[in-house]
Amino acid sequence: MSNKPSNPSRSPPISPLWEVFIQPRNGLHHKHVGSLHAADATMALQAARDVYTRREEGNSIWVVPSNAITASDPQTTDEDFEPAASKVYRHPSFYDIPDDVGHM
Amino acid sequence: MSNAFVNTLIQLGDDHLILGHRLSEWCGHAPMLEEDLAMPNMALDLIGQARVLYSLAGVVENKGRSEDDFAYLRTDREYKNCLLVERPNTDFAHTMLRHFYFAAFMQPFWLACAHSSNTDVLAIASKAEKEVAYHIRHCGEWLIRLGDGTTESASRTQDAVEALHHYTEELFEQDPDRQSCVEGAVVPDSEQLREAWNATVDSVFDKAKLNKPEKIFKQNGGRKGLHTEDFGLLLSQLQYMQRAYPGASW
Repeated sequence: MSNKPSNPSRSPPISPLWEVFIQPRNGLHHKHVGSLHAADATMALQAARDVYTRREEGNSIWVVPSNAITASDPQTTDEDFEPAASKVYRHPSFYDIPDDVGHM
Repeated sequence: MSNAFVNTLIQLGDDHLILGHRLSEWCGHAPMLEEDLAMPNMALDLIGQARVLYSLAGVVENKGRSEDDFAYLRTDREYKNCLLVERPNTDFAHTMLRHFYFAAFMQPFWLACAHSSNTDVLAIASKAEKEVAYHIRHCGEWLIRLGDGTTESASRTQDAVEALHHYTEELFEQDPDRQSCVEGAVVPDSEQLREAWNATVDSVFDKAKLNKPEKIFKQNGGRKGLHTEDFGLLLSQLQYMQRAYPGASW
């Protein structure tokens, strides 16, 4: 990621990208909802509040610098994920569950 | 007393409506998307507060005036907002500082309203207090970063202080109507809020490396309906729809 403005004549604010995670309710996990630009963590939290919780979406916010995330390479998608496709036996769906157990 | 209460509610309603309108002017023009949402968010808080204040004024007055009558169908002299809130946006630093000065006053005001003798004021205060606490945080954090930022941002923010600080004294003014509401324990005495206002402003100015002007030339008149030149244009835009299409609804 570069901090250089893409169009110097417009000189956009120099502020890095942050990923935003919102927890909708107590007990649920924080879910990725999008990203935003902010100068630092405090400002990122405020911006996240203003951009992503306007419709009562959550009661807790995490922000993470986007460059702190290491992502898998799209070029290696096939070798990463395709091998799992032929191994249906990994799904725990080949057992007879006794009626007494009830809902699992 | 009821007339004094109505006038006090109108003063407060006008402060919130006019500042809310000024903030809304940024919608679609903010320096970044995040602020393009944040400023209208705060504008909606303020306009929401204006609505409940006007509605209550209409009920207490009992002459059949609605919130829309107060907001859209009065002439400039009938608006009693303080001059601070009508000052033009100028730049982002002016906008953040103007809002910060106002919020730093309204936060202790609403907090003190928790002891109001009037249950309607009590209800309005309990909602407004949370909204204004966020406004202080939002504007305060920006001021710290602008004031202690680049040479450009620091000089623009200090310019905003020089331009706007003279308007802050009017926040503490109390006309006889407001005074009688203070005596009735409906709203707090402004002088009692000065310490809190100073503490909020000083703590942010300290971190932002901003300096208050040494001399204050007190600007006032808004409470008497005497406004600055910019107010006419503001009102013509604010009232355009209701003037052009009276009673329009959708």
